[in-house]
Amino acid sequence: MAALVSFERITKRFGDFTAVDGVSLDIEDGEFFALLGPSGCGKTTLLRLLAGFEQPNEGRVILGGTDLTGVPPYRRPVNMMFQSYALFPHMTVAGNVAFGLKQDGLPRPEIAARVEEMLALVQLSHLAARKPDQLSGGQRQRVALARSLAKRPKVLLLDEPLAALDRKLREETRFELKAVQQKLKTTFVIVTHDQDEAMTVADRIAVMDRGRLAQVGAPAEVYQRPASRWVAGFVGDVNLIEARVSEVYPSFVTLAREGLKLRVTPSAALAPGASAALALRPEKVEIAHAQPEGSAENGAAGVVAEIGYLGAMSLFRIELDIGLALKAAVMNGTAARAIHVKDRVWVSWAADAGVLLAE
Amino acid sequence: MQKGWLSRISILAPYAWLAAFFLAPFLIVVKISLSQSAIAQPPYLPVFDPRAGWDGLRDFLGGLSPDSYASIAADPLYLWSYLKSLMIAGVSTALLLLIGYPVAYALARAPRRLQGVLVLLVVLPFWTSFLIRVYAWMNILQHDGLLNQALIALRLIDQPVSWLATDYAVYLGIVYSYFPFMVLPLYAALERLDPSLLEAAADLGCPPWRAFFTVTVPLSLPGIVAGALLCFIPITGEFVIPDLLGSSTTSMIGQTLWLEFFGNRDWPVASALAVVLLALLVTPIVMVRQREARQLEQA
Repeated sequence: MAALVSFERITKRFGDFTAVDGVSLDIEDGEFFALLGPSGCGKTTLLRLLAGFEQPNEGRVILGGTDLTGVPPYRRPVNMMFQSYALFPHMTVAGNVAFGLKQDGLPRPEIAARVEEMLALVQLSHLAARKPDQLSGGQRQRVALARSLAKRPKVLLLDEPLAALDRKLREETRFELKAVQQKLKTTFVIVTHDQDEAMTVADRIAVMDRGRLAQVGAPAEVYQRPASRWVAGFVGDVNLIEARVSEVYPSFVTLAREGLKLRVTPSAALAPGASAALALRPEKVEIAHAQPEGSAENGAAGVVAEIGYLGAMSLFRIELDIGLALKAAVMNGTAARAIHVKDRVWVSWAADAGVLLAE
Repeated sequence: MQKGWLSRISILAPYAWLAAFFLAPFLIVVKISLSQSAIAQPPYLPVFDPRAGWDGLRDFLGGLSPDSYASIAADPLYLWSYLKSLMIAGVSTALLLLIGYPVAYALARAPRRLQGVLVLLVVLPFWTSFLIRVYAWMNILQHDGLLNQALIALRLIDQPVSWLATDYAVYLGIVYSYFPFMVLPLYAALERLDPSLLEAAADLGCPPWRAFFTVTVPLSLPGIVAGALLCFIPITGEFVIPDLLGSSTTSMIGQTLWLEFFGNRDWPVASALAVVLLALLVTPIVMVRQREARQLEQA
């Protein structure tokens, strides 16, 4: 598939601050794409560059083969859903949704039909005559979505669209958003700092850090094969075990640190003597009361320091004897014998459970 | 219990204030407007004398008549004076809006840290006496004043123009004097305007000039209404500016009123003029308020 949106070596500076630093990125037609990162990483700036609210200092934005440089926001075939929703308080729900269509000078019956269609899509037809300040937060969010979709944009930009909702509503709305996108097959680009949100809705994620792309890939790829310690730490919970490479074989790599021997499936080009980190997700760590027979590698003894009960699973913090703390997530009801705080335990993991990171 | 008592008093306080300093004087003015002019002290009849008892009260009430209103209605001079006042107030308010809106807009869009200083600058002239500022304008506008000297020096005119004692001078003086009253409410309304609304308008295909009329102006309407009322009402009754800068033919209602009071010593007609002026100004405002209330109910 051809790229619908191309950022070509985009750099955007605000004074001394470089918000976006030489980013090149392609977004494909029909994709649900997420820009994920902590605040200040440049993800919103990238979105605003595409909407036309900012102009890049270097590089250009291409949309459907057209260079958007110098094209003002009101002539770009993209629409944005604002974090604050930015609904016009002096217009009704229907008036808000119709606003963009009126700018195009569409005939009245067509506008009315499209407004009705959009309100039906977000299940708000019965509130068409209300003003925004008479709606709940969730309803306002849906009006904003309907308004930004009314013009059938080539790309819909969503700037933290769920940030203003409370947790339960936010989780429900993620699926609604995904359903709307699959129904319309419009390209969605969402900006979010919430990795769960990005993982739930997006086909592909670009993780950003300090104005640069840290990794681009499908949610599972980013989660299971993070490209760097930073990505591993930002996307999900992770144990980072720093060690030195001792031997490199085609099928496995061994690493060592004081009191710990690791045998890991290779995932980065490493030479003996190099320092690397094993990124190990807590759910890949197994806990047992005793050390299994003949397992000298990929395991260590320790004491349970804390247990966090999360409902479906419990999160354990284990202080290893070698002076390292490890997090382990275990589904509740699966352990043969209950594990308590201060129990002596043996933690272990498979050779392919973690990812070896050089960066 | 004490708290309920206190809060009741605090609710009553503004009403008591209005009753003492607005309603009571107004009723006195209404009473005088229904009296007859007389060469006496005070210069009108009847005067209520509580010592005369019920008969006195009956005589007093019988002595009241709407004659002053009849004479106002009969003489087109008064009508003309009202119309002139309303016209000057209307044109001045329109001018103030035209000049004040861009200034208020610029203030609201200025960097935050500058806004306080800029607002202070708008209000700064008020720290000088109003009368002195109007006299300063007389100086500037007079035959050999600064304006004529400057225009002659720039070779734009070769003969001094008589600016003073014209309606132009009155408009100039009014617009200058009332400027902050227009700018401040507009600034307050525009400053609250969420800039992302304008971005949303642009995003939906609305060019900036159109967004100004479809988003900015409607959302600043409360400020426009407040500023316009704050200017229009006092301008209508303005006396000092037309008296000092205007010609003898300007004759706004304030001047006519002054003439009746101090020139003719006809307090009843002067009071009647004031009552009619109040009715002229209050009625439309009440109507607007009622319409707003109805809209609120519907919503």
